[in-house]
Amino acid sequence: MSEGIDEVLRSKLQQQGVWVSSMQELYNWGRKNSIWPLQFGLACCAIEMIATAASRYDIARFGGEVFRPSPRQADLMIVAGTVTKKMAPQIVRLYNQMADPKYVIAMGACAISGGPFKQGYNVLKGIDRYIPVDVYIPGCPPRPEALLHAFMELQRKIDQQKLSGANKAAHLDSQQPSEFPVPAFGKHDLEPPANPDIFHPPKPERV
Amino acid sequence: MEALEEIKARIEAGVPGAKIDFVINGAPSQQHSLHVDNEHARDTAKWLRDDPVLRLDFCSNVTGIDWVDRTVKKTLKVKKFVDGEEKEINETTEEKIPGYLEAVYHLYSIIHKHGPVIIRMRTSDRLENVCLPSLTPIWRSAEFQEREIFDLYGVKFDGHPDLRRILMWDEFEDFPMRKDFREPDDYEYEPTPHDDVLEKAKRHYASRPQSDGAGDIAEGLKRT
Repeated sequence: MSEGIDEVLRSKLQQQGVWVSSMQELYNWGRKNSIWPLQFGLACCAIEMIATAASRYDIARFGGEVFRPSPRQADLMIVAGTVTKKMAPQIVRLYNQMADPKYVIAMGACAISGGPFKQGYNVLKGIDRYIPVDVYIPGCPPRPEALLHAFMELQRKIDQQKLSGANKAAHLDSQQPSEFPVPAFGKHDLEPPANPDIFHPPKPERV
Repeated sequence: MEALEEIKARIEAGVPGAKIDFVINGAPSQQHSLHVDNEHARDTAKWLRDDPVLRLDFCSNVTGIDWVDRTVKKTLKVKKFVDGEEKEINETTEEKIPGYLEAVYHLYSIIHKHGPVIIRMRTSDRLENVCLPSLTPIWRSAEFQEREIFDLYGVKFDGHPDLRRILMWDEFEDFPMRKDFREPDDYEYEPTPHDDVLEKAKRHYASRPQSDGAGDIAEGLKRT
């Protein structure tokens, strides 16, 4: 769990009614259990997201039931659906308007790569071309269980974030950007078509 | 509903000067249509809407078609005198049909519960004279669909109340549904490219110069 505390000692102290924790543990515990998503949907994946928020799957069990209509109050952006090139600048702008710390889940085939529309002219080939994505969910659309799994993965990720040190969390590092350039509408395509600082597609293995 | 020949004859009687042609559909559906000349298109449309027998009051669908330049080969058997003998010879004629853009309207009657009657309009070419009369003043439902045709095919509708791009952004200059549209090179690595995607991959890795700068970024990404 946390560094610097002997687990055996901690367990013995707990038996005596003494709870030992660290600032980092407390901080991450608080944050990971109240992730408020930004309320927006782009396509059919949004229907699954709505189902996840409703009573049967109930994302409230994980502290994520408060879908905020304002990016200023949201911690998590669930990119649920096809991101068209016309919509991409607005998504990046919404991401930029969110307050740190902020996380992104790319939900479904379209959001992670363009999916079935990858070879088309009007769909962005993955939102990770412009903003950093924390968890990718494959599926077309992914089931609510998959979104819950992604949510739990994100919680695990938050739980492991460091408050200090060389590899501290991005939002605590002043060197790390928290806003990314909004692409412009060009004559033929978005300009630029990808942000080379954050977009690193796999290298081709053969031609 | 009356036959298309009858409709054609009645339009020509009802709308003075209108030139109507049949467009025969050879597919099993046999859904033939009427090609209306651009000058009288709006009068014809108004007539179709108001005629008491037809009353085509509902325009359900408007779409565009891009016809590129094509050559049609026709083989005819011609009787000719060769060396004093009459012989049948196959004669091939090539006909060049210049390209044009087309708008197709599917019309129904809600009152009489019949349809569709399909009418088409054609531009004179694909590049400069791409104007067609808008039928939005006749059927309001055509408004967004004519905008879509303008957006994707580049047909300019005269008399349209609000002719702007509807799906692509305003700064966009191409017409993506035209046959000669060349999409920007934003190909991304795929493990098993095939067919069209393989073609795209080959074109991408051949790294062509591109006017919009997408090629430079692709180059940069390849180097990393």
